[in-house]
Amino acid sequence: MRPISKQQQIQHLYWRAGFGATPALAQRESHRPIRKVVRDLLNSEIPFAPLTVVEPAQVVDRKELRGMARTGMIDRNMLKQRLKENTEHIRDLNVLWVQRMGTNQDVLREKMALFWHGHFACRVLNPVAVQHYLNTIRQHALGTFGELLMAVSKEPAMLQFLNNQQNRKNAPNENFAREVMELFTLGRTDGSTANYTEADVKDAARAFTGWGFTIDGEFTFRKNQHDDGLKTIFGQSGTFVGDDVIRLLLERKQTARFVTSKIYRFLVDDQATDSTARNRINTLADRFYSKGYNIADLLETILTADWFYEPAVVGTRIKSPVELVAGIEQSLGLQFEQKQSLIFIQRTLGQVLLYPPNVAGWPGGRNWIDSSSLLFRMKLPDLLLQAGQVNIKPKEDGDVNTELLSKRGKGSMQASADWNAFEAAFASVSTEKLPDELAAYLLQQPLGTAQRATVMKRLKPDSNRSDQLKILTATIMALPEYQLC
Amino acid sequence: MQRRDFLKRSALTTAGTMLIPHFLKAYELNQMGMAPATGKTLVIVQLSGGNDGLNTVVPYRNDIYYRERPTLAIPRDKVLTLNDEVGFNPALESLKSLYDDGLVTVINNVGYPNPDRSHFRSKDIWQTASDSDKYVATGWLGRYLDASCSGADACQPHRVIEVDDTLSLALKGSHVNGLAMLNPQKLYNQTRGSMVEGLAKAGHADEHDNVSYLYKTLAETVSSASYVYDKSAQSTRPVNTTKGTYPATELGSRLKTVSELIQSGVSTSVYYISISGFDTHINQPNQQERLLRQYADAVKAFMGDLKASNRQNDVLLMTFSEFGRRVKQNASNGTDHGTANNVFLVGGGITPGKVFNEAPNLASLDEGDLKYTVDFRNIYATLLRNWLNADDTAILGQKFDTLGFV
Repeated sequence: MRPISKQQQIQHLYWRAGFGATPALAQRESHRPIRKVVRDLLNSEIPFAPLTVVEPAQVVDRKELRGMARTGMIDRNMLKQRLKENTEHIRDLNVLWVQRMGTNQDVLREKMALFWHGHFACRVLNPVAVQHYLNTIRQHALGTFGELLMAVSKEPAMLQFLNNQQNRKNAPNENFAREVMELFTLGRTDGSTANYTEADVKDAARAFTGWGFTIDGEFTFRKNQHDDGLKTIFGQSGTFVGDDVIRLLLERKQTARFVTSKIYRFLVDDQATDSTARNRINTLADRFYSKGYNIADLLETILTADWFYEPAVVGTRIKSPVELVAGIEQSLGLQFEQKQSLIFIQRTLGQVLLYPPNVAGWPGGRNWIDSSSLLFRMKLPDLLLQAGQVNIKPKEDGDVNTELLSKRGKGSMQASADWNAFEAAFASVSTEKLPDELAAYLLQQPLGTAQRATVMKRLKPDSNRSDQLKILTATIMALPEYQLC
Repeated sequence: MQRRDFLKRSALTTAGTMLIPHFLKAYELNQMGMAPATGKTLVIVQLSGGNDGLNTVVPYRNDIYYRERPTLAIPRDKVLTLNDEVGFNPALESLKSLYDDGLVTVINNVGYPNPDRSHFRSKDIWQTASDSDKYVATGWLGRYLDASCSGADACQPHRVIEVDDTLSLALKGSHVNGLAMLNPQKLYNQTRGSMVEGLAKAGHADEHDNVSYLYKTLAETVSSASYVYDKSAQSTRPVNTTKGTYPATELGSRLKTVSELIQSGVSTSVYYISISGFDTHINQPNQQERLLRQYADAVKAFMGDLKASNRQNDVLLMTFSEFGRRVKQNASNGTDHGTANNVFLVGGGITPGKVFNEAPNLASLDEGDLKYTVDFRNIYATLLRNWLNADDTAILGQKFDTLGFV
């Protein structure tokens, strides 16, 4: 078994609990006990602040806009322009969030918000609703799952996405009731037993009737649309309302197991299927449940466990496209010249934040990798750091409202790295040791002999140390091993 | 040293050394002895955005159609008549001439239960062939690829090719993915250079699952890219002598690439192409007609090219869109997202080219949308079983009756 150095452990922690660490940070934290580093990650000194790109008053919903176009209040060009602006706001929010991930501020919150975004996947076209939803999952990312679930369930974005606005007495729409059970809390089955019945879904849908949102984007309970009859859910009967269903779901231990297992696959091992993993998940889930769904406590238990730092875990997870990009930003202090470059990368690699493919989120893991995405990932450092030419184009998704996101942006994908800071962290390393030290920092897998030879071939003999460092960094980042963390 | 020579030499001389990982050795050996494709080819053209089916195959005798679309309906005298119910949009003139030659089959009312009107969701449902309330991470053609790989030492991504820079969900399998490639030269160039090629043959000492998965993907990509490039370069009819004259459109050039690959004898069974722009909420007529004309002209050139090389009975082209559009036009001279739609089958020697089933029933709608009468998975099952000779039930995960068109 390969040994895992203390610095690698710290890097491992920062990759999984965040988006990597700068070399200076990784070196500094290597002298502190893991337990303390984890504590600091959980208790950021930075107070929570929402990400804001648009004020609610600035935005008119597309439905209203279409109404205005119909009645002649605005013409077609104006309509098109306003719809385009709405998409631009969402794009700006996406970029702001990814840039934030790339800085070292409250990283565990952003990492878990990314997890919750995949868990409570939601896509709507109203930028105010998207912004509110994003800040809700960021705010509750490290709090309790119960509060997070309740808050997300009452988000206008979610109510719209899962059609609860159309869920009315005598005309129930079961979409939200079904997904809240299947994807947010229980999961469809546990082994071969179903976790809920069709009758549970039906009556839960009735309990959620009346949950909706106002034109100003506020949650509202429309009493006259609520079915106040008797419902039976999980064997309990009552004149339940939506809040009761959430409570009943949290009472079920299966919810703790399902959520813990997803978090385990996200933070520890995306292929977790063996009995070791099952036992760990069960133990963690028991604790999560008994601690009242305290997310921070669950994370602390995972991130300080001895098994979390075992070689079988370190460097084995395939980075998602956003983790890949945010990781490069983080390591090198990278700044993009054009916002569109960040969107282009997400689009090409198949993960555009705030536009998940469906309510089940991104499948993740090996699903990120195919011939073209792997080649593009390996080309990316060259594009970003050495002004390589982009010659590919992501597919348009067919939706006229998101055409903007397929654009590449002008010229090459220019980005500037803070090479001075990066180089300073390696100042004490001799030139002979530089390749291996860089690899030990950039890769969570060992640098193989053939890989090392490939990297060394890229060095020009007469280049100075700074240039060598740049070439080595870009080349190591192009290795398949860099796709793992 | 030529890439091809390198492959042979490396497979023969370094077998048993640590230089080439096991899966790659198996793959290279397997590939050298591989016979050229003899079977049938399926070409899929996806019209992204939701093509308005009612203005594509027009129910020109239906009063409801004309009533619900006062400014959008195609006038009766402009319709290219197919039978006494429906006819093509005049922009499909080229397709009509193929129809008159007995090469086109139109299937009406294709959809699925509980239709979803979101582009993304509905596209995923079509690409994964899942029920509309299930989320599946593999595509039906990816699973076809998985199935055709089972039992083999290694898989060949190039058996299913998407002519594009990025890969659609439809081509993602559980064990192997299809190959995305705008053209052989471009992909080949991307895999050249010491970095990619060197690493593909280097493999990795550590055999953790995900590490070897990445290296396996890389090795297969390099092998497939090289194989397809070599095949196309050796073809007796190189790129510049393709007989067919293709329109200078995106679809035209992609179909030209497909034709060249087919004629090079490459062992690819399925090609996938998607074109976009059909999301016509505003000012539909010009936009849709332009796209339909491009589609029809490109397909006509493609079929002409295949006919000239005597391959038109071996190649079947299917066209679909993720949904059709509302029967009633909207207030912006466009149409909003709908449900069931028509599917075209072109070529393949299927008998006889015709309108396969009844026209949409506009008097019986589901909340303003067409009710489907043919599940798209019946079409997939037919293509898999009767055209590609594959196990449709295993690939689709359920049994769907085949339709009698093949």
